[in-house]
This record gives sequence, C-alpha cells and structure tokens, in this order.
Amino acid sequence: MSEFTVELRDVVKRFPTPEGGEVFAVNHVTLQIRNGEFFSMLGSSGCGKTTSLRMVAGFEWPTEGEVYIEGRAMGHTPPFKRPVNTVFQNYALFQHMTVYQNVAFGLEMEGAGKQEIARRVGHALEMVQMTGMERRYPKQMSGGQQQRIALARAIVKTPNVLLLDEPLGALDLKLRKEMQLELKALQQKLGITFVYVTHDQEEALTMSDRIAVMSQGKVMQMGTPVEIYERPNCKFVADFIGTSNFMEGGVKSLENGRASVFVPILNAEVTGYAAENVSVGDEVAISIRPEKIRLADKAGLTQNCFEGTVVTTSYIGSDTRLHVDINGLTLKVWEQNKISSLDPAAYYTVGQKVWLTLFPENTLVLPKD
Amino acid sequence: MLKRLRENKSSQGTLLISPTLVFMVGLLIIPLILTLIISFGKRSADGNVIYTFGLHNYIRILGISSDCPGGQAICFDPLYANILWRSLTLAFNSTVLVIALAYPLAYFIARAHPMKRNTFLFMVLVPLWTNFVIRVYAWMMLLRTQGVINSLLGWLAGLVGLHFTPLEMLYTPGAVLVGMVYEFLPFMILPIFTSLEKIDNSLYEAAADLGANPIRTFFRVTLPLSMPGVVAGTILVFIPVMGTFIVSDLLGGKQVILIGNLIQRQFLDARDPTFGSAASLILMAMTLIVTFFYTRKFGFGEEIVAA
Ligand SMILES: Nc1ncnc2c1ncn2[C@@H]1O[C@H](COP(=O)(O)OP(=O)(O)OP(=O)(O)O)[C@@H](O)[C@H]1O
Ligand SMILES: [Mg+2]
Repeated sequence: MSEFTVELRDVVKRFPTPEGGEVFAVNHVTLQIRNGEFFSMLGSSGCGKTTSLRMVAGFEWPTEGEVYIEGRAMGHTPPFKRPVNTVFQNYALFQHMTVYQNVAFGLEMEGAGKQEIARRVGHALEMVQMTGMERRYPKQMSGGQQQRIALARAIVKTPNVLLLDEPLGALDLKLRKEMQLELKALQQKLGITFVYVTHDQEEALTMSDRIAVMSQGKVMQMGTPVEIYERPNCKFVADFIGTSNFMEGGVKSLENGRASVFVPILNAEVTGYAAENVSVGDEVAISIRPEKIRLADKAGLTQNCFEGTVVTTSYIGSDTRLHVDINGLTLKVWEQNKISSLDPAAYYTVGQKVWLTLFPENTLVLPKD
Repeated sequence: MLKRLRENKSSQGTLLISPTLVFMVGLLIIPLILTLIISFGKRSADGNVIYTFGLHNYIRILGISSDCPGGQAICFDPLYANILWRSLTLAFNSTVLVIALAYPLAYFIARAHPMKRNTFLFMVLVPLWTNFVIRVYAWMMLLRTQGVINSLLGWLAGLVGLHFTPLEMLYTPGAVLVGMVYEFLPFMILPIFTSLEKIDNSLYEAAADLGANPIRTFFRVTLPLSMPGVVAGTILVFIPVMGTFIVSDLLGGKQVILIGNLIQRQFLDARDPTFGSAASLILMAMTLIVTFFYTRKFGFGEEIVAA
C-alpha cells in the first residue's frame, strides 16, 4: 500500500459557467495525505475546498489529473465503491429514518447481519455519545445532536478516510469549540485519516496535523500549523493566517537564507528570512507579526531598529495593542503585559517616541503575489 | 360591537372563517342533507319525489330484488353491483397506471436542469388549458374505426402489402382506461414532482457515500421520501375517476357504464332523483372508505417529510 492514504496529482476541475465560459474551481492541485493524519484544507469562500473534497468522495470527477485513494487511481469510480465516507455540512440525514436506521444504512448496504449491525450501530452511537437516541427521528433533535448522528453514520463503516466538509459550520461558537476537541479525540481513538475542510483558521490550527492553505483553486502552502504560522511561504498565507505587518521593498543581497531588503518608505535596509523562491533583485513583501516586534523606549540595535511614534493604544488585558507610525507607515505591535502594574508609566502612551526592533529571525521576506 | 370584536379573539376567528362557513354550509352540507332525504323517498309517476322514509333505493343498488325470474321471494340481481365493481376496478387500474406513467416523468423533470424544468412542467400543464370534453373528443377521433390510429395502421399495412381489418378500439373498457389515464395524468405528475424536487441532492450523495448503488438509493431514499406526492396524487386521481361520467360516456358508450353514468341517467333519462341520490351517496361512501384505508396504510407521511 502507498504511503499516502489520499493523493491528488495535478488535479484540475473546471465548471462551465452560464455565460458559456469556464471557471477553475480547482487549479492544478497536488496533495499527499498520510495515513492516520488529521489533514485540513483551509481557505476563504470559493477557493475550491469543497470541490477538492467532493472529488475524493467521488461526487465530482477531475477534469484533469488523478485522485488516488490507498494507492489506487480512482478514475471514474462511483462514490458507492470508494473506501471513504463523508460527513456533510448540512448533515444530509435521512428524515424518514430513525437515528438507528440512519446509522445502520451503510452497514445494510454492505450486507452485514442483523446482530452485527446492532452491535456496530450501538458502538458508533456510543463513540459520539448518542446512546439512547436510536428511535428518534432527525427532526426531533438539535443541530448538535444531528451533527453527531451524521458523524456516527460515517464512522460506523470504519472507513480508512473520513471526509468532513465544514462539519461544525452550523453550530454556535461554544458547541463548535467542544466538538473540535471531541472530533480530534475521536480521530486519535479511531486512528483513521481525517480530511477536514474549514474556512476557520483557528479551527485548522488547533485540530490539524497538517494544513493546506488554498486560494483561488490553488494550494498556496502545505505544512504543520507551526510551519504555516511561523514560516508562511508567500504574502497571501502570511496575511490569511493570523495578523501580519507588511512592507514592500527590493532584495539587495541574499546569503545563507538571509535577505537584505531595501525598504523605500523606511529609507533603510531590513534583513530577514528569505522564503524559498526569493532571489536578488525581486520586489518582495516583508512580513512581521505584531507580537514579534520588540518595542523599547530607547534605541537598541542599529540594524532593523526604527524610531516611531505611538498612534493608538488599546489595553485588552493579556496584551496591549498599539499602532506605531514610522515615516507614515503604521505597524501593529502587540506587547504582552508580562508585569502586573497599576502605574500608568508602565504602559506606552499615545504620542510617545518608541524604538521598534524587527529581529531578522522574526522578519520574513516573501514573494509578492 | 366593533370594540368587543377587537378584544375577543374567538369572535375574530369566527368572523374570519364565516365566508368559508357560509359557502360550506350552503353549498355542501345542506345539499348533502337534501340528497340524503331524497334518497329515502320514492319516485312519483311523473318523476317527482314523494318524501317517505325507506331503504328501498339502497336495497335496489345492492342487488336485493323481489322480482325474481325463478319466482323466489328474494334473489340477487347483479346489475348495479356490477357497475359499482366496474367503477372501483377501473378507478384502481387507472390510478395504478397513472402512477406508473407519472412517476418516471416526474422523476425525469425533477432531475432535469432547472432551466429546462419549467419548460417540461409547462408541457405537462398545456393539455389542461383545453376543455376536458374536447380532449375526450380528441381521443374519439384517434380511436374510431375510421380514426387516426386505424388509418395510420392501415397505411402502414398497405406499405408492406398486408390485409388490414380496422381495430375496434372505441367503446371498449380499454378506451375508457386510456381516456382516464390521459385526463388525470397531470394531477399525479405535479404532486410527485413537488415531493421529488424537495429532496436535497446531498441525500442522494449521502446514500451513495454509504455504499448504496442507484437502484438501492431509489428504493431506500427516493421512493419513501416521495411517497407524500404519490399519496396526494392518488387521492387527486382516484376520487374523480370514480365519479366522472364524461370519459366513460364518450369513450365507453353503452358498453362501459360506470356509477357516474348511472347517477347521471337517473337524473336526466330515468327521472328518478331518489335512486340517483342513493347512488351518489353510495359512490361517496365507497370513495371515503377506500381513501380512509389507503391513507391509514400509507399515511400522508407529511409529519416526517415536510421540510
Ligand atoms: N457545480 C458547480 N458548477 C459551477 N461552478 C461551481 C460548481 N461547484 C463549485 N463551483 C465553483 O467553483 C468554485 C469553488 O467552489 P467550492 O464549493 O469548492 O468552494 P469552497 O472553497 O468550498 O467555498 P465555501 O467555503 O464557500 O464552501 C466557486 O467559484 C464555485 O462557484
Ligand atoms: Mg464549501
């Protein structure tokens, strides 16, 4: 068997538009999802997440490229012959069947015996903590409960891969947080591969082993949550995940992965980590996260250190969030309140002169997209 | 008066339903009671009603006769029982046939591209713009011995050099069945279409995802979820087929007499409104009983399926 449970090789999906043209829902996507992994596809609305997932499930067929499941090319294999199961965003429960019948459906299709069905349905309902609900109809349950039944219906078949399309999208925030933890625990307990579609970056960061960040039908970056957050490979990812400050400039020199970038607005050179596909002479975006800027009331290093003025401050308890102006460029700076103090002098005030240090290891030099 | 009305919710309700109430009482309940009273009466020699109370009309319909060829005191005369039975079986057969034809059509329309869907629905409705009787006449034109179908078949037979005897199609039970099916098909297509259209595409996908092939998906998901449409369509078709007399009159002639024709003749030809009233009430009772058991068995399913 292949090392990868699910693989997309150079997959393209085009849809015809009513005007007679075509749209690229998925544009040359290559993904490799490992066995037992919690893999998320993250991106804003319309970026092709659902379409990618549907091609794995078999509800759509790629226009170009190939989907592999457990090493087998899927071609035009229909959904009912694929070893994957799906949890639908709207749950798609059968309204005319009880909870028991819903969960048993997939096992009946396999031709399992009555006793085996009863045992496995019981077990699946236990896994999602819905024991005792067997005789209810979906209409008689809350959204959260229906969500669990949809989950039970999919895992009862013990697929190697579970596909989930924004399964928590319809739940309120509190329930969503609870279900995130539960889903993650369930995935670890079952040891099966989850392919999870979401547009909620926090959800993706907290749950996933690896994330593919998508935009306009393309995978922009694939990596662990830490890699995605700490080492975004392009401006889009740095901007989409978390908060970043951006400056524009041109690469002057490049050595050992460090780039020196001349930033016209600062009239100075800034050094930082160069992303892979950056070379000398490129117009680039410099990205630094607000919590990674060092703030001081006197000048520090000469390199990457700039004088500025505090424009606004807002105290939010754990942090104080400031806007600092340097030559007309406003940077966001988040200072952690590490020391408890009631003294106003312990905090920065509007109009105060400050020095910002952008440590090279916190400063990313990224291709502009 | 107005003030009291404004404050009293229940008299507001009464006011709101009063037009319907007047209509129902005036045009449904009262005529029904009159029919019942008349059905107990006797026909006078000049065709008027003599108001008495007797069950003689009902006894006559059920075929219990004292005018026996063998001279017995009492015997069974199947004349009217046959008509009742014929009406019932014809209504049953028509409904089954209509379902068999309407379901695939409704399914096809429901799964068609939304742009084409309206065109198809329009085509289903177009015949209803023509008068009912005219449509039945059109079938006479088709089915007659010198009609369109026989001419066409004769021409085809001529082409291959065969001898052709025109088929006797008009004035047969088959002609009535065809006419009924044709007339009432739209009333089955529309409700089935409506309930099929309500089924979310993701349910088909979920079934496939769980390992059901298209055939099993149809029987386990599509069909049960569209049953409310089939039930509604059945009621819309069965009841009028039981009572209509135009189709059987024009396409069945004297060969196929249904209870509708019987009732019509009592009022117009035989001039016996008392017997006609009794037959009407028997028809109503039969329809009610069948509908009652049918909905008891299949339910309306609405409480589960209604979105
Ligand atoms: N059946 C279809 N016919 C035509 N265009 C489609 C179809 N399905 C998707 N698209 C288009 O493909 C693109 C990607 O759609 P997709 O549903 O994959 O996005 P998504 O990332 O899941 O977005 P969301 O977060 O809003 O669910 C969109 O521009 C969409 O309009
Ligand atoms: Mg989507």
